[in-house]
Amino acid sequence: MPKITFIEHTGEAHEVEGDVGMTVMEVARKADVPGIEAECGGACSCATCHVYVDEAWTSKTGSPEEMEEDMLDFAFDVKGNSRLSCQIKVTEELDGLIVRTPEKQF
Amino acid sequence: MSNAPIETDVVIIGAGPCGLFAVFELGLLDIRCHLIDILDRPGGQCAELYPEKPIYDIPAYPIISGQELTDKLMEQIKPFEPEFHFNQRVDEIERLEDGRFHLKTDDNQEFITKIVVIAAGGGSFTPKRPPLPGIEEFENGSVHYSVRRMSDFAGKDLLIVGGGDSALDWTLNLAPIANSLTLVHRRDKFRAATDSVNKMLALREEGKINFLLGQMKEIKGENGNLSSVTISGPDGETEVACNRLLPFFGLTMKLGPVANWGLNLHENLITVDTEKFETNEKGIFAVGDINHYPGKLKLILSGFHEAALMAQKANQYIYPDKKVIFQYTTSSSSLQKKLGVK
Repeated sequence: MPKITFIEHTGEAHEVEGDVGMTVMEVARKADVPGIEAECGGACSCATCHVYVDEAWTSKTGSPEEMEEDMLDFAFDVKGNSRLSCQIKVTEELDGLIVRTPEKQF
Repeated sequence: MSNAPIETDVVIIGAGPCGLFAVFELGLLDIRCHLIDILDRPGGQCAELYPEKPIYDIPAYPIISGQELTDKLMEQIKPFEPEFHFNQRVDEIERLEDGRFHLKTDDNQEFITKIVVIAAGGGSFTPKRPPLPGIEEFENGSVHYSVRRMSDFAGKDLLIVGGGDSALDWTLNLAPIANSLTLVHRRDKFRAATDSVNKMLALREEGKINFLLGQMKEIKGENGNLSSVTISGPDGETEVACNRLLPFFGLTMKLGPVANWGLNLHENLITVDTEKFETNEKGIFAVGDINHYPGKLKLILSGFHEAALMAQKANQYIYPDKKVIFQYTTSSSSLQKKLGVK
C-alpha cells in the first residue's frame, strides 16, 4: 500500500498508508490527519483540503485541471505547488508522497 | 424597514432537499409552509456546492445531479404553493404566550408560526473570511463580504479581491461610483461569466480600474479604519492604499444563530428523538443533516424519512381534532386531488 506523509505547518509529520484509487484527501480523513477539512466531502467545491505538494513530487502528481484551478481561487496563500488533495488519486507511483498542509484551511 | 409579521402554520428554516421535501409531506396533510433560506435560490448544498455533481444514492435515481434533484423537488411540491423568503437568515426564535413562535430574520421579516422545522443542513452559508491577522477589527465598516447598499462605497478607495462572478460584478458596478478601484486576483484568469470578464478587461484597458496580480498578505489601519492592504505578487510586495476591502472567496457553512435558540445540541447538531424528530422544545423539529440521534446517517434519503415522520406530529399540533387516516398517494383520491392529478 502506498505511504503518504502529511507534514503540518508546525513540522509534525504523519505517515499513513492509503489504498490505490482513494484520493489523498480520503487517506488523510481516514487516518484523522489534522489540517485537512474537506468540508464539501470531495466534490471539488470548497478548497478546504488544500495542500502543498513537496517539490520532488509535483511532476508525479501532475497539475490541477481547470475546475480545481478555479476552486484554488478560494484557498489562501496559493503557491505553484498548491493542490486540492481530493483531486489527487493515490497510485503505486505515489508511494512515498510528501504533502504539507497550510497553517489554516479557509 | 420592517414588514408586517407573516402568520402561518409552519416555517421551514432551510430550503435544501429536506426542507423542500418537508413541504410535500406537510402539504399532503393540508399544511402550508413558508421557507427561509440564506441563499438566493432553493437547493441548499445541492445548489451551492454541487449543482453539477452526480448523486448516486437517491432511491430510484441511479444518477441525478444536485440541480436536477432540486428541480424535481420543486416540481413535486408545486401543488402546495410554498412561499420562499431568500437571502435571509433567521436570527431569533421566541415562544409566545399562546404557544406559537415568533421568528425574526436578519432582514427584519417577522413570522408568527405554530411549528418551526429546522432543515438547515450544515448551517447557514456565510462568506469566507480571509485568515489575515486582525481582519475582524475592520469588519465594522471597512471590510465587507457583500454589498447591501452601493451608496456605502461611493467616493471610496476600493480593493476588491477575487476572480469569480461576485468580484467581477461588483467591480463593474462600483467602478463608476468609487474614487478608485483596484482588483486583485491570484492569476490573470477569471472564472466569472465571459461577458463580465470582457467588461472588466475593457475598464482595465481604459485605466478606469487598476488590476494587480497577487494575494493578500497583510492588512493595515487604525481604530477599525482600513488604510492599506499589502499584496504579494510575482514582482514582490505592493502596498495598496484603500479604505474599503471587499474579499470574495466563496461561502462556508456556519451553525450561526441556531446555537442561541435554547435547543439541546450534540457537537453542533440538534438532538432529536427518532419518532417525530422533535427537539427539546415542543413544536420545534429538526430534520436532515442538522439533527443528531443514535445511528444518524447524513444522507438525503434519511432526511426525507425524517420529514415524513415530523409531518405526522406537526399535523397533530396544527389540527388536534382531526381524525388521522393514513393514506397512500397511489390510491387515495383525496391525496390525488391535493396533488392536482385528479
